[in-house]
Amino acid sequence: MTSQHAAISVTGLRKSYAGKDAVAGLDLEVKQGEIFAILGPNGAGKTTTVEILEGYRTRDAGEVLVLGEDPANPHSGERTWRNRIGIVLQSAADAPDLTVAETVHHFAHYYTKAKDPDDVIGLVGLSDKSTAKVATLSGGQRRRLDVALGIIGSPKILFLDEPTTGFDPEARRAFWELIRTLRDEGTTILLTTHYLDEAEALADRVAVINKGIVLEVATPESLGGRATAPALVTWSENGIPQSESTHTPTHFLQTLSARIGGEIADLAITRPSLEDIYLGMIGEL
Amino acid sequence: MSILRLGLLRGGLEIKEFLRQRESVVFTLAFPVILLFIFGSVFKNTIAPGVTFSQYFVAGMVASGLVNTGFQQLAISIPMSRDLGTLKRLRGTPLSPISYFIGKAIVVTAAMAFQVALLLGFGALLFGLHLPTSATLWLRFTWLILLGSACSTVLGIAFSSIPKSGRGASATVSPIVIILQFMSGVFFVFSDLPKWMQDIAAVFPLKWLTQGMRSVFLPDSFAVKEAGHSWEIGKIALVLLAWLIAGTYFSIRSFKWSKE
Repeated sequence: MTSQHAAISVTGLRKSYAGKDAVAGLDLEVKQGEIFAILGPNGAGKTTTVEILEGYRTRDAGEVLVLGEDPANPHSGERTWRNRIGIVLQSAADAPDLTVAETVHHFAHYYTKAKDPDDVIGLVGLSDKSTAKVATLSGGQRRRLDVALGIIGSPKILFLDEPTTGFDPEARRAFWELIRTLRDEGTTILLTTHYLDEAEALADRVAVINKGIVLEVATPESLGGRATAPALVTWSENGIPQSESTHTPTHFLQTLSARIGGEIADLAITRPSLEDIYLGMIGEL
Repeated sequence: MSILRLGLLRGGLEIKEFLRQRESVVFTLAFPVILLFIFGSVFKNTIAPGVTFSQYFVAGMVASGLVNTGFQQLAISIPMSRDLGTLKRLRGTPLSPISYFIGKAIVVTAAMAFQVALLLGFGALLFGLHLPTSATLWLRFTWLILLGSACSTVLGIAFSSIPKSGRGASATVSPIVIILQFMSGVFFVFSDLPKWMQDIAAVFPLKWLTQGMRSVFLPDSFAVKEAGHSWEIGKIALVLLAWLIAGTYFSIRSFKWSKE
């Protein structure tokens, strides 16, 4: 039995399509109030897993609890369960002839604890577009509308699928701030993303999924032994690039400094990036 | 908020959306008027004493308008919304499918009311259409419109699960509707059709709706020329109710929010 306090718990989840396993015995636990990112290559089983959690797909086997209920058959009733979750889908082209404000105000009626629609429009940075028709929005603005519709019902859990695709860097930073604010208000956030910097900036923990199973769950800083991995010291001597992989970069640097004396040319100390670790884990490096 | 209130809200929203799509407003609402204009200009003969072809044709156009704004529109637009992901998003909210259906029924009925008003207005102005004069006939007209809209709506929703894509939907649905119109006495006098065709048409609701509308727009003396030698009002109500019940059952059973 999994913990009562988990926002999401998954054990032994299986789903196959035409005899091919998309999800092959997957276990996962997301704590309440954390930002949890799922990373994995295309076809790893991310979308299938998340759509089972969202109640969009049925599963073949395994236990799934989202807010203590089975998404395939919530005992409190489908509407009551859905009232507490928010979903931001990968692509949804909604009513193009309605304005931003009309759309958000309308969706607010679906939920018992809806936030103020105009506040939400402000929160996603669409205030000056609120009277614009949805059809006239840019890709990034549309994405922000998707997010507004996902959070309008004050969800306990928010599912975010590739949320910042099409955002400019500034909008992305603003969006990350918004997600952190939601987390600080107590919302659990399940994020799937292709952007490793996004996972690193936002997630409290990440899970790497490949071939339908979880390879590892860890903080972005410690994934794949990243925290204890050797650091790479690079510098130049007489114009020739040099490098040294070491577990004791401080000690190495003192020795190096004593030997060279004065400024060391092109000096840098780097730890493996999340991307290096991730690519190594899924066998692409 | 209750399922019914959300349904009413969705109805309001759908009407707003519909009115903003200018092409579809013009096409859906004015198309029967254009057809009436063409047929009324070509066929100037009378088909019985005091009954012009236009008079006969208006009855058929009102009935087939119900099929166009309800069944045809929904059976095409719902698969398109499914392709666009609109339905998937709604599925992710606490919105009940029943509220969604109620919204659809409201927009269909509203569009129908507009369409009927246009058709009757133009018919009376340009083609000497005689409007019913008794309260009984107007009452019958009203329940036929309401029952017909409801029937057409649920059958459209039920059928929307069949096409695999939005593009496929229009290719599947449009021919069905056109064939039904020809067989049900919309474009031709029903009693002139071959017996076998009449028998096939009698299975479907459109034939009964057109017959009901004729009982409203044609003089009572015309009733003997009907296939059953009377208007068969009771039978019309029964057939439409049966289709309404079957359509409601199948729309709830088979409705799909997404393609999986």
